[in-house]
Amino acid sequence: MDDLLREFLTETNESLDTVDVELVKFEQEPNNARILDNIFRLVHTIKGTCGFLGLPRLEALAHAAETLMGKFREGTAVTEEAVSLVLQTIDRIKGILAELEAAEGEEPKGEDRDLISQLEAMSMAEAAPRKEPPKKEKKETAGTLVAQVLERELRPGEVSLDELERAFRETAVEVEIADEPAAADEASAPAPAGIDFARVAAEIEARMKQAAPDEKPGKGKASAEDGEAEAEAKSEKGSVSSQSIRVNVETLEHLMTMVSELVLTRNQLLEIVRRHEDSEFKVPLQRLSNVTAELQEGVMKTRMQPIGNAWQKLPRIVRDLAQELGKQIELEMIGADTELDRQVLELIKDPLTHMVRNSADHGLERPEDRRKSGKTEKGTIRLAAYHEGGHIIIEIADDGRGLNLDRIKQKIVENGLASEAELEKMSEGQIYKYIFAPGFSTAAKVTSVSGRGVGMDVVRTNIETIGGTVDLKSVQGKGTTFTIKIPLTLAIVSTLIVESCGDRFAIPQLSVVELVRVQNNSEHRIERIKDTPVLRLRNKLLPLVPLAGLLKVEVSAEKSEDEGFIVVMQVGNVTFGLVVDGVFHTEEIVVKPMSKMLRHITMFSGNTILGDGSVIMIVDPNGVASAIGTAVATDTLDSHTDADAARGVDNDAKISMLLFRAGSPEPKAVPLSLVTRLEEFEIEKIEHSNGRDLVQYRGSLMPLVYPNYDVRRREEGTQPMLVFSDAGRSMGLVVDEIVDIVEESLNIQVGSDVPGVLGSAVIKGKATEILDIGHYLPLAFEDWFKRKEISSAALTRKLLFIDDSAFFRNMLGPVMKAAGFDVTICASATEAMRLLGEGAAFDVIVSDIEMPVVNGFEFAEMLRRDARFRRTPIIALSALCTPASIERGRQSGFDEYVAKFDRPGLIAALKEITSADYGIAA
Amino acid sequence: MTATSHTPGAAANDSHSGQIQYVTVFIGGQLFGLPIHKVHDVFVPESMTRVPLSAPEVAGVLNLRGRIVTAINMRRRLGLPQREGNHGIMAVGIEYRGESYGLIIDEVGEVLNLDAAGREANPANLDGRWAEISGGVHRLSGQLMVILDVERVLGRMQGDMAA
Repeated sequence: MDDLLREFLTETNESLDTVDVELVKFEQEPNNARILDNIFRLVHTIKGTCGFLGLPRLEALAHAAETLMGKFREGTAVTEEAVSLVLQTIDRIKGILAELEAAEGEEPKGEDRDLISQLEAMSMAEAAPRKEPPKKEKKETAGTLVAQVLERELRPGEVSLDELERAFRETAVEVEIADEPAAADEASAPAPAGIDFARVAAEIEARMKQAAPDEKPGKGKASAEDGEAEAEAKSEKGSVSSQSIRVNVETLEHLMTMVSELVLTRNQLLEIVRRHEDSEFKVPLQRLSNVTAELQEGVMKTRMQPIGNAWQKLPRIVRDLAQELGKQIELEMIGADTELDRQVLELIKDPLTHMVRNSADHGLERPEDRRKSGKTEKGTIRLAAYHEGGHIIIEIADDGRGLNLDRIKQKIVENGLASEAELEKMSEGQIYKYIFAPGFSTAAKVTSVSGRGVGMDVVRTNIETIGGTVDLKSVQGKGTTFTIKIPLTLAIVSTLIVESCGDRFAIPQLSVVELVRVQNNSEHRIERIKDTPVLRLRNKLLPLVPLAGLLKVEVSAEKSEDEGFIVVMQVGNVTFGLVVDGVFHTEEIVVKPMSKMLRHITMFSGNTILGDGSVIMIVDPNGVASAIGTAVATDTLDSHTDADAARGVDNDAKISMLLFRAGSPEPKAVPLSLVTRLEEFEIEKIEHSNGRDLVQYRGSLMPLVYPNYDVRRREEGTQPMLVFSDAGRSMGLVVDEIVDIVEESLNIQVGSDVPGVLGSAVIKGKATEILDIGHYLPLAFEDWFKRKEISSAALTRKLLFIDDSAFFRNMLGPVMKAAGFDVTICASATEAMRLLGEGAAFDVIVSDIEMPVVNGFEFAEMLRRDARFRRTPIIALSALCTPASIERGRQSGFDEYVAKFDRPGLIAALKEITSADYGIAA
Repeated sequence: MTATSHTPGAAANDSHSGQIQYVTVFIGGQLFGLPIHKVHDVFVPESMTRVPLSAPEVAGVLNLRGRIVTAINMRRRLGLPQREGNHGIMAVGIEYRGESYGLIIDEVGEVLNLDAAGREANPANLDGRWAEISGGVHRLSGQLMVILDVERVLGRMQGDMAA
């Protein structure tokens, strides 16, 4: 018998018992509208349910009873006769239900016309004004009859489509089974269409019987006999309805909590006994332990539901999809009775639906394509569920075309998730896993079914929230299989207890792959690449993260960094090693929610009380995995700053510098690319106006600026100057002498407090002052930086600027500020990552490419891998602007690639990005 | 920030009768009073578990008869220096929005029966941190008792977390 029917039986029997009691009460106080309403409601529900389940006999009975009670509600007098008739009907319904149960869901054949006609007669009698002549009444009732028939036809529209669908399917099955008997007994064929005829017939009869109501007692007797037979049937077989009771979920939850507490207490006792070897408690405790385990299992069972409940909607969805997509799809469901926790079931429903949709839409081919590749026209989607260990495995397999490897590769590169070179090294399996990356959709076009880019990543996230994993296999041309592994229950989790810096933490076993012990002299030891700890594990490099570092716990200095345990964890497709100081045992724990005050800490998913009575925090593998990208980088930074400084010179790209003298014999320099032109003006041409020196230059006045007061103002001849132009304005920087143009890497070693000077660097073996042109520009035009560049859109934009060179930080920072951005400057990618990791949000990021430790490409790739920064525009700044490097930048996820000295280019790029992506900041 | 004369918490207390019972506690030498109906129990915290990455005021979590209690370091909450030397610590257990908290204090004093009418508003110049969680002041003979408004002690912290 199917569950729905079983549930219906339990429910209906309960309702009927209530109706019994209420009816009796109602008879005594016929004016109590509340009781009547209650009865009416119950009967109505029964009628409705019977309709869905395809039980025409019951439905007809319930309908007739309802009609009569409807009349009561309308205010007609309640007679004893009427009430007993309703009661009789209730009895009859009960009888049919019992038979239904005995016959495993098949409605017994039989006739209820007797009762129905009485009921209808009664309601019509009630409806009619008592003193009206019977002839007239006939016509009136005929009118109502038609209306009723119509109402009957329309009624299915009242129910939700899903339930209707379900009812449909079940009806179909029943008809198949009942086909032969029905043929044998045509008169009582339970075909739905028959009801209306029966009703019409009943109606006609009823009208006739109004003249002869005496027939009632005889019919009553018949039903009593029925009742007896039913009672016998009932006693023979314990009925389902009396075997199951419905319990409030809250009660169950409470029971569950109590059992959890019991489990904890048992664990505590076991812990104590473990310490005392020969304890007399040992044996009884063993018994207690077993009983507890059984009790726990029992209570867990009450929370279990067959996974088929989550599959109920799928046949309908697949059928609709098949029609919409013009495909032939068969949905196979295996292991629908596999049970899992109610809570897990609810959470898995949507991801499952989504995956089946995907299989139907992307996986399976059209019939003609299938035929071409030698397959049957009908594609198959197979859903299978089974237990394995403490987990449920759900497989969603299709025999379609399989994933398109090339298309996925192309997408990966387009989205900057990995470079082509990296893809080369990956296995097919690894590449396929990218379909779980956020925003990844290979569907060429957006259909109503899928392809909106919010697909598999949501599925993965949902599954991972309940501690599950999802994996896939795909064979080109043969099909794709997704495998979901989820825990049976969320309430009790098996965890590994580890220690880090004196604190203990619990790590859910589900995400633990293996444990590795590392020692300096052993086979497994921690190695470092640029101080990033890694472990060689079976010819693979495993990134390592110390748990203490993640949790920002202070590490005692004397502790050896290279000894300890590595908990190899896998979260989704990320595998990493968590370095801990010690590993204890595994323990089944009951996850308790954390206090609201701690819930913001993403590293923990909850806490619990251990066997020894202490509280322990449960590490959230998802939280750790998402923190890992930034943590790895942060971790390396501190120990590295010295090294960076030492080799800074090598890292800086060579740039062309213009050397000149102004005011002092020591050379000064500016990057040549900033200088628009070198000019020499005749002294006579320099004019004084409004306290400033000006020259007429290309049809407009160009203000002259002196870097300092010592610059010699020549009396005769020509005055050399550097002309800086920007957006139609020019400024002349007056110098004494232009010395040279050199190619040198620029490394400002000594900073400067003097305005206009960035600092000193060694150029051509001489200490050279590097001038800050940004300082002089406003001297020429006060509003130099405050012009059209400031678009209203940019005003509130937060910009992150990363450059390892102080010169460019000082040079370009003000430029971008002037363009209206709220600029935050970082000296390294790691500093920037730390800032981002702390939750700072930026609307646009401008990053240098050539940087030590983490270069711009790596930085961009890292950002693109994080959901938060996937869409943040990133602009690359580089001294190296070859097509290859621009391409590399694009692959890394940069939106724009601008040459380092192309200030107008940078501003243009910023403007373009901020106006194009207007919505991003919102 | 200062001199919020009437608080929701205090108002609720007033409505009972003229008299309010306070459990008094000492934190950094100052006498504080908690309305007795807010206090669940007083206990000695044992084997507290640190919670990394939590707010500095959170001293840790501990097991109190099978319930997980979040301990709040009241000295830190009030911006007082940490206690020096080896003292036994005490905690006042309170329930707040269905969760258990333990306010870690220096010492527990007696229970006082005070006239609700005797409550005075926070002095306008009271330290901001204190004014934020104080529901007023009672003048006792020889000392002043600051009323600890539990809602505000914990509410602000929860609020901060959400922000």
